[in-house]
Amino acid sequence: MASSTGKSFIGRFGVHLAVLFFVAVWTVPTLGILISSLRDKDQIVASGWWTSLSTSSQTAAGRLGTAKDQAEKDGKFIITGNLLGAGDARTVTAYGVRSQEPTKYKVGAVAELDDGVTLQVNEDGSYVLSSPKAFEGERGQRVYYEASAPPRFTTDNYRAVLFSEGIGRSFLNSLTVTIPATIIPILIAAFAAYALAWMRFPGRALLIAVIIGLLVVPLQMSLIPLLKLYNGVGAFFGVPAKTYLGIWLAHTGFGLPFAIYLLRSYIAGLPREIMESARIDGASDFEIFIKIVLPLSFPVLASFAIFQFLWVWNDLLVAMVFLGTEADQIVLTAKLNALLGSRGGDWEILTTSAFVTIIVPLIVFFSLQRYFVRGLLAGSVKGG
Amino acid sequence: MAAQIFSAILVIFIGVGGCVAYFWGANKIVDVIFPSRGVSGATAVDNLRRQGLIRPWLFVGPAMIILTIYLIYPVVETLRLSFMDRGSTSFVGLANYDWAIGDREFRNSILNNVLWLAVVPAACTFLGLIIAVLTDKIWWGTIAKSLIFLPLAISFVGASVIWKFIYEYRGEGQVQIGILNALITRLGGDPQVWISLPFWNNFFLMIILIWIQTGFAMVILSSALRGIPEETIEAAVIDGASPFQIFWKIMIPQIWGTIAVVWTTITILVLKVFDIVLTMTNGQWNSQVLANLMFDWMFRGGGDFGRGATIAIIIMIAVLPIMIWNIRQANKETGGH
Repeated sequence: MASSTGKSFIGRFGVHLAVLFFVAVWTVPTLGILISSLRDKDQIVASGWWTSLSTSSQTAAGRLGTAKDQAEKDGKFIITGNLLGAGDARTVTAYGVRSQEPTKYKVGAVAELDDGVTLQVNEDGSYVLSSPKAFEGERGQRVYYEASAPPRFTTDNYRAVLFSEGIGRSFLNSLTVTIPATIIPILIAAFAAYALAWMRFPGRALLIAVIIGLLVVPLQMSLIPLLKLYNGVGAFFGVPAKTYLGIWLAHTGFGLPFAIYLLRSYIAGLPREIMESARIDGASDFEIFIKIVLPLSFPVLASFAIFQFLWVWNDLLVAMVFLGTEADQIVLTAKLNALLGSRGGDWEILTTSAFVTIIVPLIVFFSLQRYFVRGLLAGSVKGG
Repeated sequence: MAAQIFSAILVIFIGVGGCVAYFWGANKIVDVIFPSRGVSGATAVDNLRRQGLIRPWLFVGPAMIILTIYLIYPVVETLRLSFMDRGSTSFVGLANYDWAIGDREFRNSILNNVLWLAVVPAACTFLGLIIAVLTDKIWWGTIAKSLIFLPLAISFVGASVIWKFIYEYRGEGQVQIGILNALITRLGGDPQVWISLPFWNNFFLMIILIWIQTGFAMVILSSALRGIPEETIEAAVIDGASPFQIFWKIMIPQIWGTIAVVWTTITILVLKVFDIVLTMTNGQWNSQVLANLMFDWMFRGGGDFGRGATIAIIIMIAVLPIMIWNIRQANKETGGH
């Protein structure tokens, strides 16, 4: 492979640059919502998330104290105060008294206003307004200023989303759906895969062909009949049609063809000698399966488990058809979809919720990537 | 909430325990009815044969029952329902198909699906191949691949939120918080409402799927490239072939089969694409696709199962050639037995 590389320095540099570009395009979108989810809700709409690591500056307006705040000192009338509230982390960088020129004066400089009035605003927002004559009137002088805020991150959004937007509950619902829907098909598929790989019985070839055919049957084909079936069963027995049991079985059914296909091709590749020597020792098929095949198949079982876990966790369609939309049943993906409708512009809610929904797959993915890739290769490169 | 956790754990135990109990118990029963140990030679052989007849069906039985209920029966039933009216009470012949051909939204969906099919598999395969080749040449290629692979773990809904944030639009003169519009305004352009631009919005939705699936293509193709025998490339180098010639004439032909697999896998995925369209536009602004239209008709106005089933059948027809090809390939590999 490496032999085909251009050996020139520019060529190598170009490769690094190109890969860097691809990596950037593929990671920046996710980074965007991660950073935004940690930002203050007001800052999210005030500036792009990519500016959040540097200090951001905004222009704001405020009013100085009024005549009743004035004090006389050395023959001058003085009003003092602070433009920024107590505990405000921002610093003032420039100020002005006309909206057309909000940053006319550098901070700390003395501004000469009309009638001998002077104003000085300091970095921390404190100001001194002094005049040779007494101040009059009810309203204070209007002042515009530019304040820069240091980068500030907060976990407030996560607290809000998890505990008051219902994402926490949905997280639990997703787990409730995902864990059984991952374990049940593994068991059923493993037995079937062993039978299809190592036992001889009439109709085996046909069964394998049917399973490979079912591999590509679109989920859409199953939705309407199953919805009718579930409604019918629910009405007949007087039970709710949308239950966790229903969705576990549905996910099991939809995951089985791939599970059997993947496990069968792996189990069929196990060395024949091991099976035969066990059989000569008097082991039954059941014993061979439990004591030899299952332990040897651990890698492929792990691969499938990861696939099924990610698929079920990330599924929206099946959950929307077979589960309710109330708080006790709505899963993360469906909840996120609902939030997109109801909280359309509230990016602090959306980005945080989105990150909560993708964090589990990302952890699973990073910690078990090896098995995931192996399953991917076995599943798609013709029978692996 | 605590009750839910408890019942979930309980159900996991019951479900898993039930499965184990079934397989173990069924196996035991066969052993008891047809004992092969502790009986005379001829009987033992006879019983072993009987066991061999029954046991495979015990093993594949549960899988067959579930597959029949959840996939085989629905396929037949959906076909039947596509000839029935909205409440599935009376036979209407081809009326639903007739409706589909004349429906503006349906035609728009077909058009968009064709567009998706033309762009997404090609883009994913092409980008995946380029990235696979490039990352093979640098020392930090594995890390780069991991990062590009990562979106594959993200749900379509999550990805939609991520990209909706990128496409976010603010009125002219306001601070653009969507990175795309920020970039456009920085370059002197006007901000756009990307997802409601008719026709072009399709491409902005496709980018999401390409972003997710390129990692898949990359991993598969990368492993296929590694499998190319060194000698073929070395021979080409000795013969004075340029890197381009080596890539197109030596490497590509050898991984042709893998490219086909990647292409068809993504093609099937594209036909089923639903979540992205639902969450981004819900089919507005001429961005409808078949899978979302089908979901829509399942529930629109109380649900029209006839039309929904018809759309599902049309998706199925599109998948059919791939299905037949798959079965043929598999039969060839197992030698037809």
